[in-house]
Amino acid sequence: MTPESKTKSNDATERAKAFHQSELIDDTELRVRIDESLASAVAIFFATSLFWLFIGSIFGLIASYKMHWPDWLGEYAVLTFGRIRPAHLNTVAYGWVSLAGAGALLWMTSRLTRIPIKWGWMLFISVILWNVGVAYGTAAIIFGYSRGMEWLEFPRIAGAIIAVGFVFFALPILKTFIHRKVNHIYVSLWYILASVVWFPLLYLTANFGHYQGVVEAGMNWWYGHNLLTVWVTPIGLAMAYYFLPKVIGRPIYSYYLSLLGFWSFALFYNWNGIHHLIGGPLPTWLITVSIVASVMMVIPVLAVAVNHHMTTFKHFHVLKFSPTLRFTVFGAMAYTAVSLQGSAMALRSINEVTHFTHYTVGHAHLGVYAFSTMILFGGIYYIMPRLAKWEWPYPGLVKWHFWLTAIGIIIYVVALTIGGWYQGLDMNNPDKDFMESVLNTIPYLYLRSLGGTLMVVGHLIFIYHFGLMIKRAGPQRFAPPWFKKPEEESAV
Amino acid sequence: MMFIRSFVFFFGVLATLLLGWAALVGIPDIMISEIEPPEELERYTAEEAFGREIYIREGCVYCHSQQVRPEGFGADQERFWGRPSVPADYVYDRPHLLGTMRTGPDLLNIGVRQTSISWHMEHLYDPRLVVEGSTMPPYPWLFEVKRTAGPDDYVLDIPEDRVPDGKVVVATPEAEALVEYLLSLDRSYDSPQRVVDNDEEE
Repeated sequence: MTPESKTKSNDATERAKAFHQSELIDDTELRVRIDESLASAVAIFFATSLFWLFIGSIFGLIASYKMHWPDWLGEYAVLTFGRIRPAHLNTVAYGWVSLAGAGALLWMTSRLTRIPIKWGWMLFISVILWNVGVAYGTAAIIFGYSRGMEWLEFPRIAGAIIAVGFVFFALPILKTFIHRKVNHIYVSLWYILASVVWFPLLYLTANFGHYQGVVEAGMNWWYGHNLLTVWVTPIGLAMAYYFLPKVIGRPIYSYYLSLLGFWSFALFYNWNGIHHLIGGPLPTWLITVSIVASVMMVIPVLAVAVNHHMTTFKHFHVLKFSPTLRFTVFGAMAYTAVSLQGSAMALRSINEVTHFTHYTVGHAHLGVYAFSTMILFGGIYYIMPRLAKWEWPYPGLVKWHFWLTAIGIIIYVVALTIGGWYQGLDMNNPDKDFMESVLNTIPYLYLRSLGGTLMVVGHLIFIYHFGLMIKRAGPQRFAPPWFKKPEEESAV
Repeated sequence: MMFIRSFVFFFGVLATLLLGWAALVGIPDIMISEIEPPEELERYTAEEAFGREIYIREGCVYCHSQQVRPEGFGADQERFWGRPSVPADYVYDRPHLLGTMRTGPDLLNIGVRQTSISWHMEHLYDPRLVVEGSTMPPYPWLFEVKRTAGPDDYVLDIPEDRVPDGKVVVATPEAEALVEYLLSLDRSYDSPQRVVDNDEEE
């Protein structure tokens, strides 16, 4: 026997042993133990994320109304557009998406490593620090102490508090990963581990680096876009990769595609940021590099898209019976759409029109709302009953939540996409007065406010429903909302 | 084996991010930090710097960019918003205020296009007094309604029916500083870019 084959056989015995051990514990019992190990921590992550969703939605709505009613609430400095708008962005990005995403990543990590979470006590410190940081940062913006850079408005102290909070979130994930009871590392876990390493690096270089003039602008957008690369998108993709096969009950379409998708994502995505400065005063090579990388994003996006959609394909009827799946499939479709749109928007000829317009705002919401937020909703519908040991009491409310938010975001994105395109054409037409680009946009801004209002009503319903569940109010149910047993399904 | 695979994974993940940082932030930082400020570009005075802080505080950047696109890319040139901006125009700008939105027009050269103090004052107090159909928010907290103006007060020239019984609207120091800053926005000097290029060729 060669030494090499000896290690191989040792490996195999090890694996067999591990498999045997994991078999000893009843599978369901293990899942219950895992859920219990992080139930209260993750529930707090979710509950506080919903608080920020509420606050952030109200900020967003006020900002949206102010775009067509500029004198509404015009006498209050703390509610002026230029403060409410960044407050909206920061609360939904660092409050809602980050906290809800963190909760979901923790739960998935524990389930995918098949052990109860390690160092769970750290999570309570993490969630407290994180919330304090977001609250402090938001107050700073509202009361006039913004740092003045998009996505980086929080004062450095707030950034430092959030960074420490993140460390207390990352350590349990890494510790749990080290003690994992599985040999195969599922694709969701790649994205989780990568984001846990990426986010602190990115956040610290952006918040505490020292740059001058246009380099700072470059850094600003390298960061701004990368917050999506290293955090928001991995959260959404990890969840889509987890919940699509899980709920449908089929394996993911292709392991090799997920491998290609992950590494090309890691390689290309974080070079994209400077496409926010096309036509700006930065060296041309720098902008060109970002445009190339943005177009290269088609590779990971198609790899992920084929994987997700082929997994779902032929199982669309299941969407009727699972809120989680319905939200997740909506989000996965939005991911494909927003990514391909993003690659197109980086082309100079298209960017010339869309840059500096509401088109970009529509694009941002197609990403962070239609993709990330919808997938987070779907995930919370799945995870929460397992933590609270109480099903969602009123399935009808889930339906309202889905349709209000889905129709709302579609109106929102369509309105701003069309309105923003015309705004850009007007702006680039020297025969037209600049004012025309302002006035012609207003009808679309009303439509955007309509879409936004529907979304916020949907959020209120969801938050109310979440509250009922935490209090274990309403009728006790033993199956998820809309769930039907197979024989009933065929009768429908 | 597992250990090696994990190591490769984490190394790869780290390397991808650091590569991106080096290319998009690190290298440009080395290249551009050597740029000399143009002679005509003046440092902000204390009052202009204070006005710039007000500009940041009120979030003007969310609707107004400060970057001019070149000929053939958008209509910035045809609208006379100034020559294409270059890195040297921004050496004193911290934080940068390039902006990504033009709900309103670009402001990099607003100090050249609109030199009237009274226009700026009234525009900030209530934009619709001077620009019909404007969607800009009003900034009444930068102004004070007084019974009589003091000797150093800047009094706004606004319609009588907008001010209650014979009072006057005067600018606070914040409004004065913000207008000072806006008037200082002037990158109409010759582009220093050519000089830099020549230096490189030598």
